[in-house]
Amino acid sequence: MGYKYLHEIVSVAEKNDKPFWKIILEDDCTERNVSEVESFETMRGMLHAMQEADMHYDPTLHSASGLVGGDGAKLERFRLEGKSLFGEFMSQIMEKAVKMSESNACMKRIVAAPTAGSCGVLPAVLLSYEEQKQLPEDELVKALFVAAGIGSVLAESSSISGAEGGCQAEIGSASAMAAGAVVYMEGGDNEQIIHATALALKNMLGLTCDPVAGLVEVPCVKRNVSGAVNAVVCAQMALAHIKSAIPPDEVIDSMRRIGKQIPACLRETGGEGLAITPTAQRIVKELSEK
Amino acid sequence: MGLFDILGPVMVGPSSSHTAGAVKIGYVSRRLMGEEIVEAKILLYGSFLATGKGHGTQLALVAGLLGMKPDDERIPHSLEIAKERGIKLSFGEAILKEAHPNSTQLLLVGKSGRKLEIVGESLGGSIINIAQIDGLSANFSGDYATLIVHNHDQPGHLAEVTSMLAHKSVNIAKMQLYRSNRGGNAVMVIECDQEIPQGAIQWLAHLEGIEKVTYLSLEES
Repeated sequence: MGYKYLHEIVSVAEKNDKPFWKIILEDDCTERNVSEVESFETMRGMLHAMQEADMHYDPTLHSASGLVGGDGAKLERFRLEGKSLFGEFMSQIMEKAVKMSESNACMKRIVAAPTAGSCGVLPAVLLSYEEQKQLPEDELVKALFVAAGIGSVLAESSSISGAEGGCQAEIGSASAMAAGAVVYMEGGDNEQIIHATALALKNMLGLTCDPVAGLVEVPCVKRNVSGAVNAVVCAQMALAHIKSAIPPDEVIDSMRRIGKQIPACLRETGGEGLAITPTAQRIVKELSEK
Repeated sequence: MGLFDILGPVMVGPSSSHTAGAVKIGYVSRRLMGEEIVEAKILLYGSFLATGKGHGTQLALVAGLLGMKPDDERIPHSLEIAKERGIKLSFGEAILKEAHPNSTQLLLVGKSGRKLEIVGESLGGSIINIAQIDGLSANFSGDYATLIVHNHDQPGHLAEVTSMLAHKSVNIAKMQLYRSNRGGNAVMVIECDQEIPQGAIQWLAHLEGIEKVTYLSLEES
């Protein structure tokens, strides 16, 4: 993408009196030499793929390792029994985030957003919002452009790969993307979009990537829930006109620097953290004997 | 990275490198073979070997060899589908020197008896690199129409190939040359902006000093 900074997108949007999402769409059209309709419909395809993946969740499936599966159904049951600590919206977000991540671990079709390991965050927030507030589909597609634009800046100026920057780069990025999307859907302005992004990212800085047995399962699946809930929490702060004391692009640069400082043993190599706990080692041994 | 590399791709999980990338390596290998594969020896290296089972890397590679793309929902069932089609499969460990941690070596036999050996690397995201073909360096992504020519290391072969491309109005995007030793085996890898006509490839294969021509077409067959 042509934009390395969030403030660049905001200033281009404001100078041309165009919404945030349109700037991202126009950039895609230039990059790939496609029409606006084509770009918009490709993004609509991503939304449909997310909806399908959500609909086709299968509570009976377990991953090949057996570590993951069925938790989405547990959360759904809990919500339907009226026991939720939160309202419908947040409860549904938790549920959908687990479901999508479990589907991913069970080799179902998902949309990497920005990665497969963080694929639950954005659809959980968007699809729950759609169910609760009945937003027209085109608005959801526009929200996806907002999220993708934020993700592109993160990829350009920091990283979206756990092996490179730790989990902050994956679920942290997904959460930041989703926070911006929620602000857009709620009618917030561009400044609020990028401040929600910054607030969400700040809560995820420093997260390591230390999954058990190298699989996209533990702790990834449940961390998708935190990423999704964090997105809404930060969107609400931004909508209430709370600002990130550190400007958004400086937060992103911090994420880049922190990623470089995270030792290699905590960047998807299985050398430290949760991956070397006695339980994780036992699981690795069991899997190798399977 | 494009916008739809950030929001996307649509893929079968769980891992963009160990699953989607592996499907792509298999798929590109199948296209390079240019015919149905009847036998495949699939050897894994590094992280592919260590965590491949939990990531479905083997299933993904087989799916690709069957012609499936990373979003194909039949990927988890690729072994059964291969069995139904009577494809002979075997798996093992690859012994490679200084390879990328996510590497696989594929020893393939096609319907006509054509043999092909590929070393493929999954670089992250679902980006791949075909590192070797038949034991010689290659290094291409599979995102372009790609011509791989194995020839004797002697003057003139490069000129033959490039003048053929010029004649067919095919523009070269990237080009690499490798050889085993002076006067020995050489390979040229040419990534193109346009497809090369089938007839031109056949013509090339019959020239003296040309050992083998392999072509990756992006057109759906």
